[in-house]
Amino acid sequence: MSGFGNALSSSIGRKYVMGITGIFLILFLIVHAGINSLIFLDDNGLKFNIGAHFMATNWIIRAGEYILFLGLLVHIYQAVNLTIQNRKARPEGYAVYNGSANSKWYSRSMGLLGTLLLIFLVIHLKDFWVVSRFTGIPTVDANGNEDLYAVMKEKFQDPVRVVAYVLLMISLCYHLLHGFASAFQTMGWNHSKYNGMIKRASVWYALIISIVFALMPIAVYTHLID
Amino acid sequence: MNLTLKVWRQKNNKTKGALVDYKLADISPDMSFLEMFDVLNEQLITKGEEPVVFDHDCREGICGMCSMYINGRPHGPKDLVTTCQLHMRSFKDGDTIVVEPWRAAAFPVVKDLTVDRSAFDRVIAAGGFISVNTGNAQDANNLPIPKMQADAAFEAAACIGCGACVATCKNASAMLFVSAKISQLALLPQGQPERYRRVQSMVAQMDAEGFGNCTNTGACEAECPKGISLENIARMNRDFASAKFISEETI
Repeated sequence: MSGFGNALSSSIGRKYVMGITGIFLILFLIVHAGINSLIFLDDNGLKFNIGAHFMATNWIIRAGEYILFLGLLVHIYQAVNLTIQNRKARPEGYAVYNGSANSKWYSRSMGLLGTLLLIFLVIHLKDFWVVSRFTGIPTVDANGNEDLYAVMKEKFQDPVRVVAYVLLMISLCYHLLHGFASAFQTMGWNHSKYNGMIKRASVWYALIISIVFALMPIAVYTHLID
Repeated sequence: MNLTLKVWRQKNNKTKGALVDYKLADISPDMSFLEMFDVLNEQLITKGEEPVVFDHDCREGICGMCSMYINGRPHGPKDLVTTCQLHMRSFKDGDTIVVEPWRAAAFPVVKDLTVDRSAFDRVIAAGGFISVNTGNAQDANNLPIPKMQADAAFEAAACIGCGACVATCKNASAMLFVSAKISQLALLPQGQPERYRRVQSMVAQMDAEGFGNCTNTGACEAECPKGISLENIARMNRDFASAKFISEETI
């Protein structure tokens, strides 16, 4: 019996894959939010552009980008796979199902929240990633770095885009709220001395990440930063 | 109490079922939920109709046979009770109560509210046991594991295998049941020799039965009449990883 393939295609193995890729994406969001927060220095994006330039040119980061896309694709593929299996496990539903009596709505709606995030991701990648990697950033800043901050300012002049970004950060918040603690449980890291800490970290992480991201379009649109 | 019941009636697993309305009058609030069904069935028999088929045995909350999905929750609205220990005082006069069978591909409906839960038996048969070897009696004063660990094993062993966890899980996952049965033995010294073989066999059988996958919503733990903890699922996940990625024993 082939050990690892067999292990990873089992129900628990698939959960590990979701958990590991989830933790990887959680770590990525910290880096992403951290570097983007440089715009709040309000220096016309000079520091932010240095960060963006580093992320775009450093070979380790560029290699990491492939791993990131791979992790994301595996996370999505496995989620779809598991959802199909789970649907099959209950072909005939209940006439009355009182889910709110025993679990949080967002823990039961990870597929929906994830789908919203995927739609967001397509828009988001088109807005910034495609511009910085392929079509090219049109201007340079005072330091001579490509001015990604100018692209950001231009994109966030559109109120529809700003509202969409903020709303989708709410779905990110709920996705993380369940996903963070859930990954620990899946990996078997359940321990009475640490469970409380994990739950609290999960709430803080989800709130901080989504609020920091949501503030970016708001701050640019309202000219809180220039 | 006067009640309106909406009960799932289904002839067998080949035919389609539907909710059927029944009016019940003068139900005592001190009756158990199953006794209320006994009253309904007597009325149906008197009228020459087919009585509602439902599973029950001890009616003391320990056998795990009763299995009704009441108003969207397994074993009804109260925590830590089975349907047989649920009393009509938990409802109000004039209530409409919807009663359905457990719904999962792995639990096909036999008739009305009765489902076939032998998938659980097959999971147990796959590894939920210890092989007892003959030999001398152990030293009676020997304390091979600390009290806390023995207590955790006992709490896992409290699982009565009713299937409420599967019924309430949005994915019809059996992980709370399987993890309780794995944990109860994994925590005891007698379970150690087969520990990593057991977790592999039982998880493989669980997957083969067509149960869904756990998404950690915690609904199972909240609805379990015996309060089985999610900690058991984490332990099963850990043991499964040890078995698959570290242990050299395969199944």
